[in-house]
Amino acid sequence: MQRFIIRRLIYMVVTMIAATLLVFTLSRIVGDPRLLYVQEGGYGLSQEAWDDLGRKLHLQYPVIVQYGFWLADALRADLGESMLDRKPVAEIIWEAFPNTLQMALGGWIVATVLGVPLGVLSAVKRGSIWDYIGRTVALSGQTLPVFWIGIMGILIFSVAIRDTAFAPLALPVGGKPDHFSIKHFILPCITLGWFPAAGYLRLTRSAMLDVMDSEYIKLARAKGVNSTMVLWKHAFRNAILAPLTFSSLILAGFITGAIVTETVFSWPGLGRLAFTAVDDNDFPLMVGLVLVFTGMFLVVNMITDLLYAYVDPRIRYG
Amino acid sequence: MADASLSASRPRSLFPSWETVSYVLRRWPIIPILIIAVLVVVGLLAPIISPHDPLNVDLDSRNTPPFWYQAEMATKTVVQQVDKWDVEARTTQISLRDVRKEFPDREWALGDTVEVVTKLGGDSDHWLGTDQTGRDVLSRMIHGARVSLLVTAVSLSSGLVVGTVLGLVAGYADQIFPRFGNHIDETIMRIVEITYAVPTILIALVIVIVFGQSFAVLLALLAFVAWNAFPRNVRAEVLSLKTSDYVALAKVAGAGPLRIMFVHIFPGVINTILVISTLRVGQLILTEAILSFLGAGIPPPRPAWGAMVADGREYLADAWWISLFPGVCIFLVVMALNFLGDWMRDRFDPRLRQLE
Repeated sequence: MQRFIIRRLIYMVVTMIAATLLVFTLSRIVGDPRLLYVQEGGYGLSQEAWDDLGRKLHLQYPVIVQYGFWLADALRADLGESMLDRKPVAEIIWEAFPNTLQMALGGWIVATVLGVPLGVLSAVKRGSIWDYIGRTVALSGQTLPVFWIGIMGILIFSVAIRDTAFAPLALPVGGKPDHFSIKHFILPCITLGWFPAAGYLRLTRSAMLDVMDSEYIKLARAKGVNSTMVLWKHAFRNAILAPLTFSSLILAGFITGAIVTETVFSWPGLGRLAFTAVDDNDFPLMVGLVLVFTGMFLVVNMITDLLYAYVDPRIRYG
Repeated sequence: MADASLSASRPRSLFPSWETVSYVLRRWPIIPILIIAVLVVVGLLAPIISPHDPLNVDLDSRNTPPFWYQAEMATKTVVQQVDKWDVEARTTQISLRDVRKEFPDREWALGDTVEVVTKLGGDSDHWLGTDQTGRDVLSRMIHGARVSLLVTAVSLSSGLVVGTVLGLVAGYADQIFPRFGNHIDETIMRIVEITYAVPTILIALVIVIVFGQSFAVLLALLAFVAWNAFPRNVRAEVLSLKTSDYVALAKVAGAGPLRIMFVHIFPGVINTILVISTLRVGQLILTEAILSFLGAGIPPPRPAWGAMVADGREYLADAWWISLFPGVCIFLVVMALNFLGDWMRDRFDPRLRQLE
């Protein structure tokens, strides 16, 4: 187990370095990186500001030394200033971070609550109404663009509903108030959770079908264990491993989903920041966001891997 | 007895029975093929069939609803000045200046009543309405189909070529380079594995900031999305083909490794390539739509479905048609491609079922 953790940690560090290298290379590939700091159609920079920026980016040194300085700054959470409002990038990200975390948690709950039970049901009761509901969710999760789910949600539950008797149930169009309000979470979380729910559903379903077909389930049945017990204690416990193995794939989709969902619902989180950064050509902010997203991705990946190793001894000792 | 003879000689109906229809629909992917055929035809003929110029801005007819909408009229009284903070007054009164501007061919006096349009109706000129700058939604959708088609065709074919060659090389490398072939194989597959876990959209956003929004950047990004499904499946196919008898015979006959790879093995993987391409096209269209939605895809003002949905987001309360119709298009096309891909997979290559 120890060796496994160490291996995963090394992998994590290497990936993180690769991400920083990628971002750094992109910033230097255009020639003078200062060009990225000059807004298109803006007033430009004065000669002093230009030289000052050069000193700040350590342009007088060779590229590899520049990378060293940049990495050291990034490690101290000094990612420069956002170009639009001249606030430190780290501060902006730090303020938005909890909002994204809350929404991601909600989305993940929706995904699990919707995906896993439906996957089990559609595998066990093949051809039943549950199977059809399951297939519809799986298919729509694959084919509906995330932003369109969100916009349809707004259209149906906040716009169309206003003129009917259900008006008091109308959900807010977007945004996040300072006080806690569950209503503001419903639509974004469902929108965010829909795609991973479809992923979980398909994985759980196929794993469940595999397991239900295996010898030990037949044995349990033959010796007279009742079917609820067989289902939940024998089959489900093994089938639940499958969604864990594909966590990184689902997670990558989750990050895309967060960016789009936050944009649709004007949610003041990291994804919305990414959207505005593209809109304003805000390079320093985007760099910070990429690093934070990559870090989050790796940490969650690590946690699921450890969880997987914990429940499945074959991984631990393999 | 009479009954039996009656049913046997029942005249054949002109229309097939529901059972036949549903059987055929389940057996052949007719609806998906129809949707894709419509997309391709519309995309190719876009300049001919679109009723308007998709870029033509007409601020006078902005946010016109679709054709089935009735205009809403109200009778208003002409007054000197309307208190614009009073909602009640605004719906029942109109100022002398406004009424003179709108109906200049008549003399107006205070206290007159006039019938005015309070909510625009649809008109047959713009079937699916217009957007926030008065551009025709239908024309933009038609041209959007063309752009989508172009972008996916280019990026898919480049991704397909790169992916297939890499897959062939990975699967057959140990025959070409006996000493280090398996290292090549392993390196390629490791790279493919890594790209699966890369959050593409995030990388795409950085690249768009650095290089600016352009067609070339978008095509490169989509090609990157397209290629990584090919090596894995092609390689698996090559591994099983290279031990087959006909490859051994070709080798005995003196064919070189490159010749075997491209002339003898490649035709065997075409089925696989076809199936994966169909499944990938849907994903490419989705990715393109998401990128366009985020303002990092097809550069404006060129119409793109994703960007149209984004445009309509701010006008959802009054002009739902701007977002709805392009969204439906994306959904239908992606779903059709998924169904078609699944069908082709079951038909041509049932083994792939376990891989995807």
